[in-house]
Amino acid sequence: MTDIKKKSEGSFLRKLTSNQLFIPLAALILLAVINLINDPGFFKITLGTNNAGFPVFSGYLITILDYGSELGILAIGMTLVTAASGGQDISVGATIAIAGSAMLRVLCGGDSRPETIQAPIIVAFLVACIVGMLCGAFNGMLVAIFKIQPMIATLILFTAGRSIAAWINNNELPIVPDPKFSYFGSFIPGIPIPTTVFIVAICIVVIALVLKFTNLGLYTQAVGINESSSRLNGINPTFIKFLAFVILGLCVAVAALIKVSRLSTINYSVIAKDIEMDAILAVALGGNALSGGKFNMWASILGAYVIQFLTTTLYKFNVQSDALAAYKAVVVIILVVFSAPTVREYMGQLFKKLSPARKEAA
Amino acid sequence: MKKVLAVLLASAMTLGLVACGGAQQSSGTASAPASEGGLIKVGIINNDPNESGYRTANVADLKAKFTKENGYDAQFAYSLKNDEQIQAAQGFIQDEVDYLLLSAADTAGWDSVLQDAQAAGVKVILFDRTIDADPSLYEASIVSDMAKEGQTAVDWLASQNLPEYNVIHIQGVMGSAAQQGRSGALDTKVAAESNWNIVVQQTAEWNAEKAQQIVQSVIDAGTPFNVIYAENDDMAKGAVAALDAAGISHGVGKDVVVMGFDCNKWALEELLAQNWNYDGQCNPFQASYIDDIIKKLEKGETPEKTIIMDEKGFDATTITQDDVDNYGI
Amino acid sequence: MSENTVLKMRGIDKSFPGVHALQNVDFTLNKGEIHALMGENGAGKSTLIKVLTGVYSKDEGTIEMEGKGEVQIHSPQDAQKNGISTVYQEITLCPNLTVAENMFIGRGEEKITNWKKMNAAAEVLLKELDIPARANQQLSNCSIAVQQMVAIARAVDMDCKVLILDEPTSSLDEQEVEKLFGLMRDLKARGVGIIFVTHFLDQVYEVCDKITVLRDGQLVGEYEIKDLPRVQLVAKMLGKDMDDLSDIKGEQESYKGQDAEQVVFEAKDLQSDAGIKPFDFYIKKGEVNGFTGLLGSGRSECVRAIFGADRVLGGKVKIHGKEVKITKPVDAMKNGIAYLPEDRKVDGIIGDLSVRDNIILALQVLTGFFKPFSKAKANAFADEYIKKLNIKTASADTPIKSLSGGNQQKVILARWLLMHPEYLILDEPTRGIDVGTKVDIQKLVLELASQGMSVTFISSETDEMLRTCSRLVVMRDRKVVGELSGEDLTQNKIMSTIAGGE
Repeated sequence: MTDIKKKSEGSFLRKLTSNQLFIPLAALILLAVINLINDPGFFKITLGTNNAGFPVFSGYLITILDYGSELGILAIGMTLVTAASGGQDISVGATIAIAGSAMLRVLCGGDSRPETIQAPIIVAFLVACIVGMLCGAFNGMLVAIFKIQPMIATLILFTAGRSIAAWINNNELPIVPDPKFSYFGSFIPGIPIPTTVFIVAICIVVIALVLKFTNLGLYTQAVGINESSSRLNGINPTFIKFLAFVILGLCVAVAALIKVSRLSTINYSVIAKDIEMDAILAVALGGNALSGGKFNMWASILGAYVIQFLTTTLYKFNVQSDALAAYKAVVVIILVVFSAPTVREYMGQLFKKLSPARKEAA
Repeated sequence: MKKVLAVLLASAMTLGLVACGGAQQSSGTASAPASEGGLIKVGIINNDPNESGYRTANVADLKAKFTKENGYDAQFAYSLKNDEQIQAAQGFIQDEVDYLLLSAADTAGWDSVLQDAQAAGVKVILFDRTIDADPSLYEASIVSDMAKEGQTAVDWLASQNLPEYNVIHIQGVMGSAAQQGRSGALDTKVAAESNWNIVVQQTAEWNAEKAQQIVQSVIDAGTPFNVIYAENDDMAKGAVAALDAAGISHGVGKDVVVMGFDCNKWALEELLAQNWNYDGQCNPFQASYIDDIIKKLEKGETPEKTIIMDEKGFDATTITQDDVDNYGI
Repeated sequence: MSENTVLKMRGIDKSFPGVHALQNVDFTLNKGEIHALMGENGAGKSTLIKVLTGVYSKDEGTIEMEGKGEVQIHSPQDAQKNGISTVYQEITLCPNLTVAENMFIGRGEEKITNWKKMNAAAEVLLKELDIPARANQQLSNCSIAVQQMVAIARAVDMDCKVLILDEPTSSLDEQEVEKLFGLMRDLKARGVGIIFVTHFLDQVYEVCDKITVLRDGQLVGEYEIKDLPRVQLVAKMLGKDMDDLSDIKGEQESYKGQDAEQVVFEAKDLQSDAGIKPFDFYIKKGEVNGFTGLLGSGRSECVRAIFGADRVLGGKVKIHGKEVKITKPVDAMKNGIAYLPEDRKVDGIIGDLSVRDNIILALQVLTGFFKPFSKAKANAFADEYIKKLNIKTASADTPIKSLSGGNQQKVILARWLLMHPEYLILDEPTRGIDVGTKVDIQKLVLELASQGMSVTFISSETDEMLRTCSRLVVMRDRKVVGELSGEDLTQNKIMSTIAGGE
């Protein structure tokens, strides 16, 4: 009888720690607790009005949901790229600049200070999607067809992307005149929740449907784990890898829409700077192997918000923003240590030792 | 297989370089006949035109001035990295340019290459930024006095006679001349006056998004503030976006005073609309100053060693459309 | 502990989540003894070895060594210090270093290496053990067998008392195996105790003195080699008395349908980029045929060309008399062809995926990208075949890589059977797996054929092919050189056809 109890207790702990959502959830709870102890007001959400006179929610939690959006969307694509190719795309920041610049070009028609927008927003967004997917296709082609290591392949756009973005608009920084365009990065009049939250929700629903109603997940994991076997099972690994990069390109376009909309313009050289590293970190924080293979999409997205949670917390503590990278580095170190097999095994043994001891105490 | 990969990589890198150097290439073709008689050969080393609106205007100004029509054969090189700039400088020296015009990414590390220039008879003129090198190594430097810009801005702020100053101070990339100059004046003032407080002092690294997050964080915390002192226009814009979302009024006669620098045209328009309160100029139009110096040197005269450009500060209550057209970049 | 005993393991117990891998196992090794450790895949051989070498830590039990009493082994370094050395199936040396370097480096005895001394010492040892290699030769230039011997020499020189050889012969040819055995006997004469893990029964009876048999994580018994005839050994491993292995063909009726003589698949001048000469091939409904020939004769390349696994360069392919184009695996699958590849690890399993996903994969791909199976359906498929093929796994959710080799192979087989192919190609389905599973697979092949499936079977073990195939295509030097059927299906005839020489 006691034996059974002991077993179930031990396996519950083991199950908990072996669940992929464990790491990001634990990190999230840790951050939440730190903030709760420091200042319970952190979790306060208030309803106010913005300068246009419409009601809006505000508070740190809203800020996290809002500013974590781009990262959450990118995490979707980055997870697929990581799983399929066993490598990462480091060009997403630069391709956001390209897609955003293309969007500006269409909206402003090459004029840096237009009176009205020169094309419907939906057209501009579709052009940005095409541009984003073309960038993804370029990366995907290098990786899938020419078998270049993903980081090296995407280094090309990483280096050249921001110059290309500037070239699209002849080095001008146009400003979109239509206030409607700014709704995507802030609030729709009358709706107090940031629009970005809805955009992310749509993206999550879309990817959830795709994963449910297609075999994208199975194929991507199969290709990432064993390309040769996958091919002999009738999967086309080249296409799957290519597809992953194109999907990431689409995510980039959506992120670019938010970025451009936030300020109605972008600065090519600094827009979405270092976001690629955060996106990769989100995937890792979600417990996904950066060497590819099995993945958990939801853990990655959760990881993205954990990173934003960390960023916002650090801002609250007035940590110099150029030191943020150092704190993220600490997170990476902890992550790497905890995901190392030897540490995991050690932890497993520790739990095993702990659980009978606790039973005795009881 | 390895060889194929190597070739691919090499071509990929070249592609990257070509894409990066897009601007260089186009200017290179503009000055195609390299050694035409009578033209003065200049090599211009600048920061990346994409760095900011300021830089874009600066580059455009230089390109408009140093043309064949004006008697120049100009070559351009852009980089935000010091070592790449130094390489470019060496290239220009080997190319036997008459003048080397330099806006250095970093203040240190230029001695040896400038000595080479001197030995090769290449005259060096610094613009926009100074460097840590012996003044004998260059003919003249045309600079903005960032400290003065900061002082002008702080003096203006003090003249507003607010009962209390609770300032969100958004800094540029730490250690840059603009950041040091513009922060310095404010820091001194805050230390001296009892009713001046810094609510938060953070670097947003010239980045609008970061500025937005920094201000958002202050708003979320509920700390009161009434001044945003942003060290460039982009960051002021990001800060204002956060204010707008939170329903905090800003501009002339409103709750929060918004200050920016660089005088982008769109920023001056915000001033004209009284959404912002102040914008400090950082004059990017240095080409005519440089042109003057070169003309003097060609005539055998000695120009002044350090030339500080005229820089204004605009107040939203007094700015005119003419100011926007003339000074906006 | 008797004075002749070098190693004594008592009451060893080891559990993994969901599996009780070893239960109260004893093992005793004497000086100068070659001791075979036998058992089916998953019986616990590897686990026992890994406990002994410190890769796994045991849950219960004691390990005693001669002159040391009870020892604690927590890491491979501990094992080495106690004089336990292991040579694995896969060579774990550095191919880019020299023989001498491989023998001496990393033993941490001296901070500074005296190259001259090292090379001389290596030369002496190589000579002593009669290993045909030079000390300063680069290891990758040696044959696999010599590399294996170098690994053994390295182990022996580290003052080893217990030498573990884990499947050392699986990549060696006959002569190489003989050389290895010579070396083993030599070591035995020096008093080294050797634990020999292998699947080859012949080899056990050739060199071993004693056999310890494990089954399902439990000790079956320890036997003197002379007291345990082969049939009994197999019976002990399987836990049941075996029917005569050689006569399974008789058990199954051949396919008797109306369309029995119909040709299912036909290839003419088929050619791929793997360097085989264009060949013709056909298979009838319900027929079991095979490709035979030496390793590297092109038999695998032929079936790969049929399946479109290599790039097809030319030739015509007909299914049921109708011409079709097969240029990639998915084409073949659409035409009802399934292919179990030779290299299970590289081409077969998708290691991190669950047993379930591995089983449904091929059918899922065939069903289409936009029509994923529901969870319930996938589970039903998996459970059906786990039961049907008797796959030993903790659950359908277990990653396939944690299964034993034989069970992995069954999963791959399940994957293709689930597709209900008309034509099944099995390339070395029995390599590296235990006797029990081997027989299971052979029986299954005949059963499938009797139900009308056409099967092409490739195996390195000729008797296995003789037992299953009714027609053999013989290959030599990447060319089809003959075809045997009926009366001609004998060992001798196959040998002479492979050897050629009119």
